[in-house]
Amino acid sequence: MTQLPTSTDRKMGLVIDLDTCVGCHACVISCKGWNTENYGAPLSDQDAYGGNPSGTFLNRVHSYEVQPEQGAAQLIHFPKSCLHCEDAPCVTVCPTGASYKRAEDGIVLVNESDCIGCGLCAWSCPYGARELDQAEGVMKKCTLCVDRIYNENLPEVDRIPSCVRTCPAGARHFGDLGDPESDVSKLVAERGGMDLMPEMGTKPVNKYLPPRPKDKIEDQIDILAPLLAPVADEPKGFMGWLDKALEKL
Amino acid sequence: MHPAPSVIIFTTLSGLGFGLLFFLGLGLPAVSGTVAFIFFAIAFGLAVAGLLASTFHLGHPERAWKAFTQWKTSWLSREGWCAVIALVVMGLYAISVIFLDQRWGVLGVIGSLASLATVFTTSMIYTQLKTIPRWNMKLTPAMFLSFSLAGGALLAGQMRLALPFLLIAALVQILYWRQGDKALAASGTDLGTATGLGSRGTVRAFEPPHTGTNYLLREFVHVVGRKHAEKLRVIAFALAFVLPVILLVLPFSHFFALLAILSHLAGVATSRWLFFAQAEHVVGLYYGKR
Repeated sequence: MTQLPTSTDRKMGLVIDLDTCVGCHACVISCKGWNTENYGAPLSDQDAYGGNPSGTFLNRVHSYEVQPEQGAAQLIHFPKSCLHCEDAPCVTVCPTGASYKRAEDGIVLVNESDCIGCGLCAWSCPYGARELDQAEGVMKKCTLCVDRIYNENLPEVDRIPSCVRTCPAGARHFGDLGDPESDVSKLVAERGGMDLMPEMGTKPVNKYLPPRPKDKIEDQIDILAPLLAPVADEPKGFMGWLDKALEKL
Repeated sequence: MHPAPSVIIFTTLSGLGFGLLFFLGLGLPAVSGTVAFIFFAIAFGLAVAGLLASTFHLGHPERAWKAFTQWKTSWLSREGWCAVIALVVMGLYAISVIFLDQRWGVLGVIGSLASLATVFTTSMIYTQLKTIPRWNMKLTPAMFLSFSLAGGALLAGQMRLALPFLLIAALVQILYWRQGDKALAASGTDLGTATGLGSRGTVRAFEPPHTGTNYLLREFVHVVGRKHAEKLRVIAFALAFVLPVILLVLPFSHFFALLAILSHLAGVATSRWLFFAQAEHVVGLYYGKR
């Protein structure tokens, strides 16, 4: 149960493109929308319409500013959810066997009827991917929309995680990261996909694509501008007379 | 980390209770009859009260029995087993000493070792967490064990043993604080590695995901309590070690011994509060906090 499988047949996961993410939080909303009414207990909110709202989310978008030694600072939007680690510490610390990693596709899940809500798995996760639901008293986490990706009742186009389906910028990709020939693996190889906190030894399956360097701002923004004919001409005829007359006034 | 009263009460009381059981199992003091009953009642009371307190923060305490199933991987599960074994074995040993006026010595030694193992497994629940560098140190089990032995010796009235154990625990405490203060920096984890953007420049948390708070911030980021950490360290150290040692060196009286025990208990509880309140979880980095 809480022993990790030595290897998984597939490594299903997400690739998140920090270059394209616009920070719209649509993935956060679609995640909450899908997961509050499907797998397991709902994602509760406390004081949702009051002065101090708080709630359970499986996906949150941070924004960071990166200031290089030279040049302009860059703003990077940073969605973060469970990385479905190969060496998931949240699974092995679980005392009841509620937390497990599937041998067939590597998805890390919580069997909520076995969860005692001790919170130790959330303590062991460096990424803040697990949140204890305050209404239900059980641990909630990203399921990689396990109830969508194999769901034959859905049109094929919808058989991907809700966050990926929703992203308007195409910044989220879903696939088998264990297969070097898959689209996501090629994307990771081409763009230099990276792990978060590799020093923690969790071996995350999800990868992040670093932002591309943005264009430098030169003095002349558009090199073609001097070649263009000026738009504003000297007025002629009646307008020309009016212009001069008003000028003299 | 959020210093939840349930875990502070749990680790403080059960550490003291199992420490006392350790000495009782070795026949220190070699009591029998009513006196033995009082000693064992105190030990079991502390250990069981601590274990019960630990269930208060569970979302579903009614399923707590399931925690016995995963001893192969989970330190929390192993702790459950050790606690039950220690309590059952020491219970049988207590019956022999209190009611049968016999001493089943082997059983006592097994119970003593199981009591220490319980304290060790408790400490490993915290020590195993790489996410909290201040806990992920060899000094963490050393601190739990030395505190338990010092408190146990005090409670067992083993004044000659209590003095060296208190001095060892005091030394471990100082080393723990010194190394702990450097642990996060030494771990190499910062916002740069957390976001993978560190090689591009200085990373700063610009906007949190939500305007309000959330479970992660409530559980893992506890900044307010750290304000008086230095003063609390002095108080904890004085109460847990300095005052009891002075009281032990003075000519023996039962009042001084009681005072030493109460002072030690208050000091350990304060130290345990700091153990949680000062622990930085790396997830705080994502929020630009510690």
